[in-house]
Amino acid sequence: MSIEDQGLRETAQESDHGQDGRRLQHAEAATKPVAAKTAKAAREPQPRGARIRGDRPIDQAEAAERFLAAPLHQKAHDARLWDLRGKRDTAAFGIPEWEELRDLASRIKTHTLANLDRYLEEFEANAKANGVHVHWAADGADHNRIVHGILKDHGAKSLIKSKSMLTEECGFRHYMAGTGIEVIETDLGERIQQLDNEEPSHVVVPAVHKTRFDVAEVFARTMGTDPENDDAHYLAESQRMHTRPLILDADAGMTGCNFAIAETGTVVTCTNEGNADLSGNVPKLQIHSIGIEKLIPRIEHLGVFIRLLSRSALGSPITQYTSHFRGPRVGSEMHMVLVDNGRSERLGMEEFWTSLKCIRCGACMNTCPVYRRSGGLSYGATYSGPIGLIIDPTFNKRKYSTLPFSSTMNGSCTNVCPVKINIHEQIFAWRKVLAEEHQIPLLKQGMMKAAGQVLSRPAAYRAAIGAADSALKVLPRFAVYNPLNTWGKGREMPETPRQSFHSWYKQNRMAKQDGAK
Amino acid sequence: MSAREDTLARIRRNRPPGDHPLPDVPLFPPLVGDDRVAEFGERLKRMGGRIAVPVAGEDPFAAVRERLDGARVVASAVPEIAGNRDLAGVARPQDLADVDVAIVRAVFGVAETGSVLFTQDELRVNAVAYLAQHLVVLLDPADLLVNIQAAYRRPDFARAAYAVLHTGPSATADIEGVLIHGAQGVRSLTVILMPRA
Amino acid sequence: MRIGLFVPCYVDAFEPEVGIATLELLERFGLDVHYPFDQTCCGQPMTNTGCHAEAAATEALFVRNFSGFDYIVAPSGSCVHQVREHLTAIPQTDDVKAVRAKTFELVEFLHDVLKVEAFPWAEFPHRVGYHSNCNALRGIHHARPSELNKPAYSKPLDLLKKVKGIEIVAPSRPDECCGFGGTFSVFEPAVSAKMGYDKVTDHAQAGAQYVVSADSSCMMHQKGCADRLGTPLKFIHIARILNGAAA
Repeated sequence: MSIEDQGLRETAQESDHGQDGRRLQHAEAATKPVAAKTAKAAREPQPRGARIRGDRPIDQAEAAERFLAAPLHQKAHDARLWDLRGKRDTAAFGIPEWEELRDLASRIKTHTLANLDRYLEEFEANAKANGVHVHWAADGADHNRIVHGILKDHGAKSLIKSKSMLTEECGFRHYMAGTGIEVIETDLGERIQQLDNEEPSHVVVPAVHKTRFDVAEVFARTMGTDPENDDAHYLAESQRMHTRPLILDADAGMTGCNFAIAETGTVVTCTNEGNADLSGNVPKLQIHSIGIEKLIPRIEHLGVFIRLLSRSALGSPITQYTSHFRGPRVGSEMHMVLVDNGRSERLGMEEFWTSLKCIRCGACMNTCPVYRRSGGLSYGATYSGPIGLIIDPTFNKRKYSTLPFSSTMNGSCTNVCPVKINIHEQIFAWRKVLAEEHQIPLLKQGMMKAAGQVLSRPAAYRAAIGAADSALKVLPRFAVYNPLNTWGKGREMPETPRQSFHSWYKQNRMAKQDGAK
Repeated sequence: MSAREDTLARIRRNRPPGDHPLPDVPLFPPLVGDDRVAEFGERLKRMGGRIAVPVAGEDPFAAVRERLDGARVVASAVPEIAGNRDLAGVARPQDLADVDVAIVRAVFGVAETGSVLFTQDELRVNAVAYLAQHLVVLLDPADLLVNIQAAYRRPDFARAAYAVLHTGPSATADIEGVLIHGAQGVRSLTVILMPRA
Repeated sequence: MRIGLFVPCYVDAFEPEVGIATLELLERFGLDVHYPFDQTCCGQPMTNTGCHAEAAATEALFVRNFSGFDYIVAPSGSCVHQVREHLTAIPQTDDVKAVRAKTFELVEFLHDVLKVEAFPWAEFPHRVGYHSNCNALRGIHHARPSELNKPAYSKPLDLLKKVKGIEIVAPSRPDECCGFGGTFSVFEPAVSAKMGYDKVTDHAQAGAQYVVSADSSCMMHQKGCADRLGTPLKFIHIARILNGAAA
């Protein structure tokens, strides 16, 4: 038996249980594997994401409805992410100073953002002194051109990369598809999505919306694996074997950036697979894409952020790999690309600039009850879930004008955010901005105007609710005013009582007390 | 104007008003007890790593002897054991693709998390820690720090071109949350507590 | 102490017994309770959708109705949250600020202002699951939310525990939103309903006979979901229990 086959057998056993024989808990779902009652049920087609038509507003509700119509997928998705929320809670409650850490992280970030020019200059100066080539990109297209340029200058034919939401935001893969340079995602979740020609659905677990049956189908189609074998170990091992030669052959490697340290010019990546370290250490040319908001002042501040990041994301104390890239290896070249793409503009938005504190942990997505039941692809944007709701309108206000309404504003996201972004309050603020700019449907705004007129006129209001013989005089009136009567689609209508409170009061108490003004 | 000047100018123009002082980060009381070795071992195991405490008079590499004996290619970066692939002579990182077991020494360990630190000096060729199938790490118990805060007060991060904290082997849970070791990097990581020579 | 009783629009229309129970309960403590007859609504349906300009007249009417009271008390956490945090479509005069600051939700009023020690007239010998409206929980701090590493407390449970015979059971997801979300319930009905189904199923599986809340809006939604599913749950506002309702 080859050492690799041996390795597969061994580590399949090792994977589930640690050295003590106890079942390992970190990152692993406490949920049972997706089980379908019949083979046919197992083949439930994967619900696809929001329909994207140019700049037209995304219909997230429609995509969510399709997700809900795939119960096997929806239930697994909800259970898996709720489990991550639970793991986060356990981790957070294991640290007495947890809330203080959140507060420190928030203040370190706001300070840095308020002095971002200074810290960027410090970062650049240090990086250059370390022998790194530093580039600045105004926007996503600029980023893609710069990276393409670097690759062309080195005659690179293939590029391996680790997960970077920034590169997704820039549409990097799509741009590169037309250049003849092959781009290979190495993160397992990202690779699954790349092979399936689909965007990642979650910032930390990109393929969380897929069942292992879905993954088996994608790999069978693209890598020639056995379509009947949906064992996660088999699938992961297949991807490892398939990707390894591509890693070894790659001319260049690219990573994203979790934190950029001004004090030393360091790029920090936090991964579990080791693929950022492969991307950064195997090929001769390494490139790091950095969103300018990733800056933090000093190495010692990692003592706050590293303690918060993985606990918030997956409930584990730290990722398997915390890598600090500061300078090129002997004989190789290192490039860093600092990307703005609207961040410096967002800095000037009084109610929304603190969304730049985000460290992309995904905790908000895991706790969001809407996200867990809709799937990340239903938002039709690079960033989904609560954080997506508040930053996507800054990328394209019209297209994402619907997203801030895909929320109940329950506030759980705000409470789990390790950098204390007041997400649900920013969602509320966005609704105001969008309504004022008439970026909400005319019908809805019309109904609100009508409601406001009734509710501000006492007699009209009492007439509306008080008619004792009305069939169903509803408040909120828009529930039946909407011709589709969406309340009644999934719920029984509320009963109407014999009389309103106003009417009861008038009948029983007005003689006794002067209540009328 | 260049993208650089443009971006910096816009940042200055859009600077958020008000006072935003940089907070002092206090040194929090460690979460681990006094027995750093025991804590380190526990937490490493929880992250899927293995801990070995050699018995005096016995083979210090007993915990991985079977693995070493079964390996075709062993790359050692430490004087305590000889391999059959010389890291000093490696021309390209890709040449290490066939390494079965790599042995390296950690700069320090972190009890709170079960992590070990390497820089390019300990690894000789950085990629060996990711291309090898299995990683064996020598750690001097005296090099155990109490927690991550303590780790980030060390000078290594300001000096090294590449510094990395490993906490257990490579892992992923991207498919239905099932935990896999050896996602891209090493399939196993074993720490052997061994004082420096 | 002059109390202005604020009965939210949907309570007025659908659950007048909640308004009646609130009035009677406050009167049991000897308070001088007035009901400004021209009151309508706090403006939340409009501000919830971002339509603040459309809410201004309603907000102004609210302030006119409720000026001059020592406290304004309402049996709804979400409405009180709207008044205290979001009544901003109108100029913030001293009068407006005063009304906003004096608006209390019933549970917090009983717990923090009156500091009620007992409800001797109350008995509710049933198993209940408590539901926290999200604005009541995270907006006006009814209880410690499950996300935060802070000492646990719960004002509504403190009060309910004083009711004879009551047995409180907890669902597995103690404070996950039930999916009402105001206008969300009609503009994203599929997800809203699914959240509601999950919520009532959770309560039922925990063994609850009744779901109790300080907000009727959530319960209206949950009841609609429970009835559609055929889940045998009953719903009752905390005001009615504290006022002595038997079932």
